[in-house]
Amino acid sequence: MSTVAANCPSCGAPVKFLWSSAVQTTCEFCHSILVRTDVDLKKVGEVADLPADASPIQIGTEGAYQNKSFVVVGRIIYEYEQGGWNEWHIVFNDGTSGWLADAQLEYDLSWATPPPTPLPGPDQISQGQTFQWNGKAFAVTSRTHAHYKGVQGELPFEYWDKSDLMFADLRTTTSDFGTIDYSENPPLLFLGRAVEFDDLHLKNLREFEGWT
Amino acid sequence: MAAVQAKSISCPNCGGPVELRGFAHTLSVVCPQCLSVLDASTPEGQILQKFQGKTQIKPTIPLGARGKIDSTQYEVIGYQIRRVHSGEDTYQWDEYLLFHPYKGFRYLTEYNGHWNFVHVEAALPEQTQARGKRAMRYDGKTYLAFDSMTASTVYVLGEFPWRVQTGESVACQDFVAPPSMLSSEATGGEITWSRAEYMTGPQVWQAFKLPGSPPPAYGVFANQPSPYGASVASSWSTWVWLNVGLAALIFFFMVISPGHVAFSDHYAYSQGIKTDSAFVTPTFQLDGRNSNVELKIHTDLDNNWAYFNFALINDQTGQAFDFGREVSYYHDSDGSEGSRNNSVIVPSVPSGQYYLRVEPEMDTGSPFMRYELELRRNVPNYSFFGLAALLLLIPPALTTFRKGSFEAARWRESDYAPSSSSGGGDD
Repeated sequence: MSTVAANCPSCGAPVKFLWSSAVQTTCEFCHSILVRTDVDLKKVGEVADLPADASPIQIGTEGAYQNKSFVVVGRIIYEYEQGGWNEWHIVFNDGTSGWLADAQLEYDLSWATPPPTPLPGPDQISQGQTFQWNGKAFAVTSRTHAHYKGVQGELPFEYWDKSDLMFADLRTTTSDFGTIDYSENPPLLFLGRAVEFDDLHLKNLREFEGWT
Repeated sequence: MAAVQAKSISCPNCGGPVELRGFAHTLSVVCPQCLSVLDASTPEGQILQKFQGKTQIKPTIPLGARGKIDSTQYEVIGYQIRRVHSGEDTYQWDEYLLFHPYKGFRYLTEYNGHWNFVHVEAALPEQTQARGKRAMRYDGKTYLAFDSMTASTVYVLGEFPWRVQTGESVACQDFVAPPSMLSSEATGGEITWSRAEYMTGPQVWQAFKLPGSPPPAYGVFANQPSPYGASVASSWSTWVWLNVGLAALIFFFMVISPGHVAFSDHYAYSQGIKTDSAFVTPTFQLDGRNSNVELKIHTDLDNNWAYFNFALINDQTGQAFDFGREVSYYHDSDGSEGSRNNSVIVPSVPSGQYYLRVEPEMDTGSPFMRYELELRRNVPNYSFFGLAALLLLIPPALTTFRKGSFEAARWRESDYAPSSSSGGGDD
């Protein structure tokens, strides 16, 4: 994992990259959203104040899943009527990247996956609908209308000018997890596993007042 | 990075301070002073619901208490009373919201002294059928449909990671595989599955280090493990071993201590030699205290029968014990019937000098029979062993019956209570 240093085009502060393939990052000083071009960093926007959040995960949190270690390099923050959640962008030691969702301390790991069958449109998908993917029946358990609240750190794509979004979550009888992200057209599919906190072997977590 | 700080808001209704234990996870909180339900996601703490009742209810486990369950320390941050109307019955249970900043949220429920530790599940159960009931298959276990109901939240205290309100109701279903229970809650078309593990009051008291003693548990709860579950199997295996012991005892008496032979001799019977076949044996001594005497008859009968009249007569007193025995043995290509041998036990024969009077009878035309008489003093009485075997059956049979009654009590509370059959009484 290489650390590429550059300077923020907005405030001049040094910008470090934990992941050499990052397409976008944020300046931790002036909160500018920076996109990498061939030659330098371009400011495309600014992150408003991030909402208060109590995820134990932070950028720099390390973990391991199925003997592959990973580090948290960025996140996307969403909010919906029943609270908010974080999609933490994690980079494994083999250079691949995935997502660790933390929704009120329920954790899911997922990876961008080419859809094995065509995905229905946002209005065609409904609760209980099932898809046979990788030999398993994925059932739609929820449709969530969410708002994009912000980004932090390194992401594998440009992601900053979003507002209202729709997600469909899917589950199986064996703790598999899937989510269809309707923020793009065609929609994106992420498949993975529901995990318990202890399955992730996390280090460098945030600490909480009154809990040691 | 500094630790995430616990925050507090002030109640817009009464102005009192409201401390938050669930950090930014808390979306709604009940003001401990005026019981208004507040929106905790904004610093102003907008009022979601004013006053929910006049009385302050004190939960059995106070808010802020911490307890260790499954080696994780959880803090009680919320409390709900949930009520169900089922026909004419109304019942309610307490539901505590537990929080750990890394492991997340769990629930602890209490009904009539029965407790459950509840975890929201990320996988979906599979519908199936078992023992003629609707069932769910989940994580290698089969859960039988127990009941379905609509539960309303009637009282709240503390904080919740969702917007809580009294009066909210959800459709619930329970499926049981003691000590586990699988429950679904449907809200707005979305179904949440959770799994509960039964806990006893003392376990909860120990986990939370609560003072005093827990309220006693009444009745049998849906997923309460049967106290006879393991003991039925173990009582039957004890029964098997006791029978093995009994068999060894019988073997010991039969082979090692079969009584003392007081008299034995060989005879032959032949019709026509003399019309009166009766005869007496030489005298013999019977020793010791009053005890039994066994007379064994061994014959060489073949598709024939014989009848023996006996009298055991005391040579000194003339006291006689009269008895008779038939010996018959028949066989053909289909099998055999009867036996060439027979025996009789005479109880309580005093000691003394005795002789036997023997009178064999056979069918006319039956030519000849050889036989042996053997008289033993003080033989073990095998009917005692039979009685012992019967008595040994009582404990396992009782345990099996109790388990059946326990299961019957469990299923009486179910929506799917059996009407005629003895539901769920099997292992």
